[in-house]
Amino acid sequence: MKLELRGITKRFGALVANDHIDLRVEPGEIHCLLGENGAGKSTLMNVLYGLYTADEGEILLDDEVQRFTGPGDAMAAGIGMVHQHFMLIPVFTVAENVMLGHEETKAAGRLDLDAARRRVREIADRFGFHVDPDALVEDLPVGVQQRVEIIKALSRDARVLVFDEPTAVLTPQETDELMAVMRRLKEGGAAIVFITHKLREVREVADRITVVRRGRIVGEASPTSTDAELAALMVGRAVELTVPKEAPRPTASALEVRGLEVTDPTGAVVVDDVSFTVRGGEVLVVAGVQGNGQTELAEALVGLQPASGGSVTLDGTELLGRSVRQVLDAGVGIVPEDRTHDGLVGAFTVAENLVLDRTDGPPFARAGQLQLGLRDRFAAEKVEEFDIRTQGIDTPVGRLSGGNQQKVVLARELSRDLRLLVASQPTRGVDVGSIEFIHRRIVETRDAGVPVVVVSTELDEAVALGDRILVMYRGRVVGVVPATTPRDVLGLMMAGIPQTEGASA
Amino acid sequence: MTTLAPTPSSSPAPQEGATAVVARHVAVVSRKAVVASGVLTLLLALLVALAPHAGLARFRFSSETDLFRIPSVAVPGQTVAWVCVVLAVLVTAGMALLVRAGRRVPVVLSALLAVLLVVGFLAWAGAGSDRDFPVVRLVGGSVLLAVPIVFGALGGVLGERAGVVNIAIEAQLLAGAFTAAVVGSLTDSPWAGLLAAVLAGALVALVLGLFTITYKVDQVIVGVVLNVLVIGLTSFLYSQVLVPSADRLNSTTRFPPVAVPLLSEVPVLGPALFRQSVVVYLMYLAVPAVWFALYRTRWGLRLRAVGEHPKAADTVGIKVQRTRYVAVLVAGGIVGLGGAFYTVVSVSSFGKEMTAGAGFIALAAVIFGKWDPVRAALAALLFGAASNLEGALSIVGAPVPSQFMLMLPYVVTVLAVAGLVGRSRGPAASGQPYVKE
Amino acid sequence: MTTPDPYAAGGAVAPDAVPHNPATHPSPEADPAGPPPAPVEDDSARWRAAVHRVFAGGWAVSVGAVLLAVLAGSVMIAFTDEGVQEASSYFFARPLDTLGAVGSAVGSAYAALFRGAVWNFRADDLAGAIRPLTSSLNFATPLIAAGLGVAVAFRAGLFNIGGQGQMLAAAAGAGWVGFAADLPVGLHLLLAMVAGIAAGAVWAGIAGVLKAFTGAHEVIVTIMLNYIAFYGISYLLATPGLLQAPGSANPKTPAMQDTAILPRLLGERFTLHAGFLVALLAVVLVWWLLNRSTLGFGFRAVGENPAAARVAGIDVRRTTVVAMLVAGALVGIAGTTQVLGTVTTGFSYDIDAGIGFDAITVALLGRSTPWGVLGAAILFGGFKAGGSTMQAAENIPIEIVLVVQSLIVLFIAAPPLVRAVLRLPQPQARPRRRATTREAAA
Repeated sequence: MKLELRGITKRFGALVANDHIDLRVEPGEIHCLLGENGAGKSTLMNVLYGLYTADEGEILLDDEVQRFTGPGDAMAAGIGMVHQHFMLIPVFTVAENVMLGHEETKAAGRLDLDAARRRVREIADRFGFHVDPDALVEDLPVGVQQRVEIIKALSRDARVLVFDEPTAVLTPQETDELMAVMRRLKEGGAAIVFITHKLREVREVADRITVVRRGRIVGEASPTSTDAELAALMVGRAVELTVPKEAPRPTASALEVRGLEVTDPTGAVVVDDVSFTVRGGEVLVVAGVQGNGQTELAEALVGLQPASGGSVTLDGTELLGRSVRQVLDAGVGIVPEDRTHDGLVGAFTVAENLVLDRTDGPPFARAGQLQLGLRDRFAAEKVEEFDIRTQGIDTPVGRLSGGNQQKVVLARELSRDLRLLVASQPTRGVDVGSIEFIHRRIVETRDAGVPVVVVSTELDEAVALGDRILVMYRGRVVGVVPATTPRDVLGLMMAGIPQTEGASA
Repeated sequence: MTTLAPTPSSSPAPQEGATAVVARHVAVVSRKAVVASGVLTLLLALLVALAPHAGLARFRFSSETDLFRIPSVAVPGQTVAWVCVVLAVLVTAGMALLVRAGRRVPVVLSALLAVLLVVGFLAWAGAGSDRDFPVVRLVGGSVLLAVPIVFGALGGVLGERAGVVNIAIEAQLLAGAFTAAVVGSLTDSPWAGLLAAVLAGALVALVLGLFTITYKVDQVIVGVVLNVLVIGLTSFLYSQVLVPSADRLNSTTRFPPVAVPLLSEVPVLGPALFRQSVVVYLMYLAVPAVWFALYRTRWGLRLRAVGEHPKAADTVGIKVQRTRYVAVLVAGGIVGLGGAFYTVVSVSSFGKEMTAGAGFIALAAVIFGKWDPVRAALAALLFGAASNLEGALSIVGAPVPSQFMLMLPYVVTVLAVAGLVGRSRGPAASGQPYVKE
Repeated sequence: MTTPDPYAAGGAVAPDAVPHNPATHPSPEADPAGPPPAPVEDDSARWRAAVHRVFAGGWAVSVGAVLLAVLAGSVMIAFTDEGVQEASSYFFARPLDTLGAVGSAVGSAYAALFRGAVWNFRADDLAGAIRPLTSSLNFATPLIAAGLGVAVAFRAGLFNIGGQGQMLAAAAGAGWVGFAADLPVGLHLLLAMVAGIAAGAVWAGIAGVLKAFTGAHEVIVTIMLNYIAFYGISYLLATPGLLQAPGSANPKTPAMQDTAILPRLLGERFTLHAGFLVALLAVVLVWWLLNRSTLGFGFRAVGENPAAARVAGIDVRRTTVVAMLVAGALVGIAGTTQVLGTVTTGFSYDIDAGIGFDAITVALLGRSTPWGVLGAAILFGGFKAGGSTMQAAENIPIEIVLVVQSLIVLFIAAPPLVRAVLRLPQPQARPRRRATTREAAA
C-alpha cells in the first residue's frame, strides 16, 4: 500500500510542530525520517496514526484521501505503529495485548483467548519470534516486548508500518535483528516508515531518507551520505562532533566502589557485584543498553537506592547507608536521569529550583528562614553563567525547554563545592546547542580535579565524554575499557560479550 | 574521533526493564502481615490476661424452626480464649518463619488467624454470661450489614479498574437510599424504588464522570465534594420535603425475606444466608457477575486496559473517555442498588446521613480486596462481621464498652490499609485523567 | 513495561501558562513533552495578555462559581417553597403568581441570609445591626484554622479529610485541661490551648506516620480516624471520671473554668472571642511557613514533586509526618477555640459541627493559600451565621449551606465549566481574539 502525506501542518498554540510536510512511501520501501529530538517526527506520525488531527493537509493511502478521527480508523485503513514507548498493557498477557481493540468473542460474550493465542503463534512463527502468548508483558525483556508490538500491528494486517525510534532500548545485536525483520516486512510488500536520529541505522537500512528540522522537511539524502553530511542536514549547521578536552590529569581524590549489590523490590538483583575506581580529574562513563542496572548503580552511589551489599567510598569516607542529604553534604553532585521527574519541581520557579537541595542551612537559609534576596542574586548569576534561556528567575521551571531545564539542574549541582559528580543521561532530550554546553561544563568539572561518573546509553556520548568506559550488562560489569576502544567491541560488550572474547570473535 | 549525536527524547523507566533481563533473584517478602498479626494477637492476649472472665461461653447453632438441629455448645470461655491465643501465636510464628525463609504468607494463614482471634474474643467475651451467642444471627447479621458495603465495593472496583477513583461511593449509597425511599413510597413498590436507586447512583456517577473525565478535576477532590453535596442535598430535601409529608413520601413497603428451597435448610448457613430479601440475592449474583464481566468479556478487557494504560488503549482504537464513562455509570448503578438496601430492605424510611460512612468502608474494602471484585466482597463481609460484633456482644452483655465495638470496623480498616495489604498494586492509571493533546 | 505514560510528564507545563516571549525561547520542546504555551506576538500584546489573565485566571472563576452556586441554591429554595408549589399548581392560569412566589421565597431567604450574616437592618441600634457580622467572624474562626490545616496538608501533597477527628481530639485535650485543671489565669488558658493543639497534631500525626512508613493512603486513614475519634470521645463522654460531667448521665463535659476561657473581644454583648485573633495569627504564621521558611519549602517541594524533593536531599517521610503534625495542630486550634471560646458550657461529641469537612471546601475555595483561606472562611462563616437566621426566620433547612458550599467548590475545581456557563474567556484561547469577543460583548 502506498502512503502519501500532503502538506501536513500541525500547530500547538503558536508552535508549528509540522509545517506543510509532504512525504511519499512506496510499498516495499523503507523510508527513513531523520531528525533531532523535537524536530516534529513523532508529531507527524501521531497525525498519521490518528492520535492528532492535522490543522491542514491530507493523508492518502493508495491515492485515496483518508479521514482519521482516531487510531481505530488508521488501523482499519491498514496503518500499524510500533511506538517508541511501547503501547502495551504491562499486566496483560501477550495474547490479551494483541487482541485488545479487536477482540473475538464466544457465546455469552466470553473472550476467545484461544483465537488470540493462535494468531500470536501464527505471526510469531512466520517471523521466527519466540513469544509465549500467555506470558505477562511486564515479565518480558524489552526486546521481546517490541516484538509483541510488531505482532500487534501485523495481527491487524497492517500494510503501512511505522517504527518510532525503535532502537533506543535495544542492544546492537537486537538492533540488527530488528533491521532484518524490517527488511523481511519490506520484501513482503509493506511500506515502512522508520523514525530515528541514529545516523548509522539510517544508512544501513534506508531506501530513502527524508530529513526533518524544526517541523519542516529540509531535504532528502541518500543512504550513501556520510555521518557528517546527515548530521549537518539534521541540525542545520556544521556540528561540533568532538568534545574538546585534554588528557586526564588524575588527582589523589578517588571514588572507590567495591562489590556493590542492589536488589529491587521484587527481589531482582539489578546491580550485581560491581567494582570500579574513578580518580579525580577523570570521567568514567557507565555505558550499556537501557535497563541493565546503570540507573540503579547511579542511584545507589548517591543514596537514592539502598544497596544490599558492598561499599562506596569517596576519599576514604563510606557513602553507603547515608541519607541523600548526607551524601549531598559530602560534596556529591547529582544529575538525575529524568530531570522532570527527579531533578526539578516543575511548578517551582527557576530560582527555587536553583537552591532546591540547599535550603537546609546557610547561606540560603538561616534560622529556618529562607534568604530570598541572596537566593535571587544567586539565581540571576547562574542564569547568566549557564546561559539559561528564561523570561526571568521567577518563571516556573516547567515552562523551560528541555535543554534549559537541564542547565538549571547542572547549574545547581555544579555551583556547590563538589568532590564527586554523578550525572545520569545528562543530555537526554536536549537540543544540540545545549548538549555541547553541558559536555563542556562536565569536562571543566573533571579538569578541576573532581571524579566524574556519567551514565549514558548513547555510545556516541560515552566515547565523546569518557576517559574510560565501564560497560554493564544484566547488572554486572562486562569490562572497563579505554574510550578509544573500537565501537564494534563496545557494541559486543553491551550485549554481554567481554572484550577478549569479542576481540577474538 | 568522537561523534556527537542527539539523544533520545524519551524518559523511560529502565528499572522495570532491568527486572526483566537480570538473571538473579532474591526473595523479598513484606513483613507487614507478620507485624500486624503479632500486634492483634498481643492485643487479644492482653485482653484475656488483664480482664479474665470465669464461666462458660455458649454458642447456639440452630433455631426452633430448623429441620436439622445442632445442639448448642458450651465451652469454658477463658480456657478457649487462651487456647486461641496460643494457636494464634503459633500461626504468627509460622508466618514469621515463612517470611524469614523468603516465602510468601498464604492467605489461608491470615484467614485462620482471623478466625482464631474472633473465636477467642467471643469465647472470652461470652464467658460467664447466661445468654448464648446465636451463631446464625451472627452470620446472617454480618451478611446484612455487609450488603451496602459489598455493592459499594463492587462499584469502587469497577471505577478504579477503569481509572476513576470513586470516593463518592458514600454519596451514591445515600442518593440511592433517598431515591429508593421517595420512589418506593410514591409507587408503593419496592421494585420501583430499587430501579430508581440504580438511576440515582448512576446520576451521581454521571456528575463524577463529568468533572473527572471531561473536566479532568482531581478525582479525590470531586469525590469528597460530591459526598458533601449529596449529604447536603438529601438532608435539605429530607427536612424540607420528606418530613412534612412523611406518609406519602417516606414510608416504603419493604422487600420481604424469601427462603430459598433446600438451601435455606442447610444448618447454620442456610437460615443465615438463604432466608433473605431479594436484594441480598442480587448481591450474591452481582459479585460473580462483576467478576465475569471484568475478566472474561470484551467490555472488561477494555475497561481494565483503560485503567492501566489509557494511551495504549487509545492507540488500538478504544474510546478511553467513553469506556470510562460507561464503567463509572455502571459502577454508580451498582452502588445505588446497595443504597436502596437501606430504605427498601433494612428499614422503611429515609433518615439524614443514614449510610453513616459505609461508603468509606467500601472504599477500604476495594483496597483491602486488591481491586478484585471477589476479594473486595470478602473484605466487605469482614467489615460487616466487625460491625455486627457490637450487636452480638450486647446480646450476651459482654464487658466491652459498646463504643469500642462500634469503633472496631474502622480500626480494622486502618490496620488493613496500613498493615495487611502489603505490597498491593492498583490499576496503574487509576486517579489520572486521560489527557489527549 | 518500560514505558511510563509520556502524558504524565506533560503535566509539568502549567495549563494557565503565561505566554512566552519567543525571543528568549528558541528551542521547541521535545516531541512527547506536548505543546508548549503560546507565545505572544509582540510587546503591545502584553497588556491584552494581562487583562486576559485576569478574566481567564482565578478570580473571575471564583466569583462566577459563587454566583452559580448561589443561583442553584435559589432554585432549590424556590422548588421546595410551599408558596411556590401552591402557585405553580395553577401556573398555566396565572404564571405571574408563580414567578412572584419564587421571587418572594428566594428574596426573603437571601434577605434573611444577609440579615444573619452581615447587617441586621431590622435592629434597633448599631450594636444589634453589626452583631451578625461579628457572629459571622465567630463562625469563621474555626473555619480559618481548620481550613489552614487542610491547606497546609494540601500544599505538602496530602489530603487531610480528618478535620473532624482532629477537632474532636483537640476539643478533648483542651476541654479536659480547661475544666479539670486548677491553674492561675493566663497559664490555664495557655496550657489548655497547648493541650488541644497538641492533641490535634498527634491525631493527624497518626495518619502522617502511617502514610510515611506503610504507604497507607491518608484519605482513608484520616476518614477512619474521624470515626475512631468519634467513638473514642463518645466513650470518654459516657464514662464518669473521664470527660463526663460529674453527677450527669448525659454525654457532656462540665463547663470550662473561667480561667481557661478565651476573652470576648467586644464585650459581653458580642460572642466574638479572642480565638479569632488566634486564627488571624495562624494565617500570618502559615503565610510565613509556606513562603519564607525552609520547612514550608520542603512541604511544597514534596507536595509538588516528591521524587525531585527526595533527590534534593529532603526527607520525604519526615516531611510527610511533620506536615500532618502541623496540619493537625492548625485544625486543633479550631477544636480548641470551639471549647474555650464558643461553647464554654461543656461540649459533646458533636462539638466539631461539621467544621472538619467545611474546612476542605474552605481550603479549596481559598486555593490553599493562607489569605485565600481567610477570605473563604469568612465567606462560609457568613453563610453559616446567615443560614441559621434563614432557618429560624424562613424555615429553610440549614443544609442548603452545605449544598451551596460544595457546589462552589465543584465549580471552582472545574474552571472550564464555569467559563463555559458564564462565557468567560478560556485560557487556551489567544488573547487577541479574546479581547475582540469581549469588546463585541460590551
